[in-house]
Amino acid sequence: MSEQVLPAVAAPPKRRVAIPPGVALAMLWLLAMVTIAVLADVIRPYGITAMDLRSRLQPPVGFGGGWLHPLGTDELGRDVFSRLIESIRMSLMIAFGATIIAAVFGTTMGFLAAHFRGWVEQAVLMLIDFQASMPFLILALSVLAFFGNSLPLFICLMGLYGWERHARISRGLAIAANAQGYAAAVRQLGAKPLRIYLKHVLPNIASTLIVAATLSFPEVVLLESGLSFLGLGVQPPMTSLGNMVGYGREYITRAPWIMLSPCVVIILTTLSVSILGDWLRDRLDPTLT
Amino acid sequence: MLRFVALRVGRALLTIALVVTFAFVVLRLSGDPALMIMSPDAPPEALAAFRQAWGLDEPIWLQYLKYFTAILQGELGQSFRDGRPAIQLVAERIPATLQLTLPALALKVGLGIPAGIYAALHRNSAIDRAVMTFAVAGFTVPSFVLGLLLVLVFAVQLGWLPSGGQESWRSVILPVISMGLGGAGILARFTRSAMLEVLGQPYIRTASAKGVPWHQVVRLHALPNAAIPTVTIVGFMVGTLMAGAVVVESVFSWPGVGRLMVVAVSNRDLAVVQCILLLVSATMVTSNLIVDLLYGVLDPRLRGTAPAGGGH
Repeated sequence: MSEQVLPAVAAPPKRRVAIPPGVALAMLWLLAMVTIAVLADVIRPYGITAMDLRSRLQPPVGFGGGWLHPLGTDELGRDVFSRLIESIRMSLMIAFGATIIAAVFGTTMGFLAAHFRGWVEQAVLMLIDFQASMPFLILALSVLAFFGNSLPLFICLMGLYGWERHARISRGLAIAANAQGYAAAVRQLGAKPLRIYLKHVLPNIASTLIVAATLSFPEVVLLESGLSFLGLGVQPPMTSLGNMVGYGREYITRAPWIMLSPCVVIILTTLSVSILGDWLRDRLDPTLT
Repeated sequence: MLRFVALRVGRALLTIALVVTFAFVVLRLSGDPALMIMSPDAPPEALAAFRQAWGLDEPIWLQYLKYFTAILQGELGQSFRDGRPAIQLVAERIPATLQLTLPALALKVGLGIPAGIYAALHRNSAIDRAVMTFAVAGFTVPSFVLGLLLVLVFAVQLGWLPSGGQESWRSVILPVISMGLGGAGILARFTRSAMLEVLGQPYIRTASAKGVPWHQVVRLHALPNAAIPTVTIVGFMVGTLMAGAVVVESVFSWPGVGRLMVVAVSNRDLAVVQCILLLVSATMVTSNLIVDLLYGVLDPRLRGTAPAGGGH
């Protein structure tokens, strides 16, 4: 899944431009994260549930620990470094999956509204308003309360985040495109609506949608880590960044390193995507907010 | 003007009705509540009694109608856990939540708006860049991470402030900072871009060109116009007074609505969850309504026409 998305997110714009150093650093960090996520099973020195009871709560290298466990170990002697790698994979997978679901769902709703107009459009607009006027965390928590938790459900739930942004944008752009010559031309040639929207309208508005996706990606990471931190997201024995923070919190006085390394990864990752997203927006579509 | 108000109030009521419907649909989609609350191997008579007590044996439209009227009458069910009315459980927690969210809101507004205005008026200065960096950090660092880092430094290492609980005014400081700083960053960024947009308008140039002193141009021409987009964000923040503290309350074990929500979700105490959902959406919708009406005051052009939904 992540291999397909990577070029779309990190692809340099067509014209050669100087990439600011901050953006370059952000790209490097994200590239590293994606590589770690893809190669997690190869890089990871230990299993995430492998316990080493003789070296419990060992500090990281530089704070009195050894290279056997570079980022230390937790209460059960599990290697923090290995768990961190696995968490990065899980958090990125959920965030990518959710962002793609939101983009596909939102764009579809936007196109439906633009194509049918009338009551379909009103219904979509009402849903957009509803979604935008409710704090997503509360909606997500209610759904989790009602349905219980499983990983596929959790990813789908995260996939509802930000769909309204895509729907709003794609509806507006599709209405504008329908009024333009090229859409009318292919329609006159006898193209079916599906073909017009997928092969003609979509490529023309893709750059804006990609920017919108980059803007909601870090928010999904934060949302996922927040829910997992509360113990309501990814469930053990699986682990995610928020999960690790939640677990490490119990040991904040004795072993702060359990909590600190996922915190650093969360901050740097969301920061990098935001920097990249802002830069892409300025280059591709400065009108988006 | 009356039409404007009526339309807005109508839309607010519609949103509340949607939330109620959402709760109903999700509740019914999630399976047989009788099986969920009681164990699957409960005796059939007990299940039947439960279904009858909760009206689950009636046709779905009747259930929906009853559900709706019950909520209109303020009957929000009882907590499955301790049998008390859900609304009472939730109401008890509201003051504690406001103890955190109100000072946090004050911090956001008091820090964010002046910082944003200052940054816009001194564009590209060192302070502007500092404000913008701070603003980006504000919404990339999640509040629970910030909260835990603050606990680590000020409670664990330095021992200056308590790490949690609700004992004295000192327990409020860390949660309020962890909630307020991020919001201040977001608000600073919005205020700055709103101000920059206004400062680029021809009427600002006209005012300066005819000799109005700069501080008056800012005060009388720029600030009122930049207030409109800023009010939207502040309104959104007011709307999250109830819901905004879910994560932070858990970090600091603060006995507020958010903590109750998390506990109710893990216990699947549906009546309590639904009650909080309604409370949060009512707060949110009310503040959106106030913002909409404020628009009418701030921008007379909006009074006559009520633009269709979708664009905020």
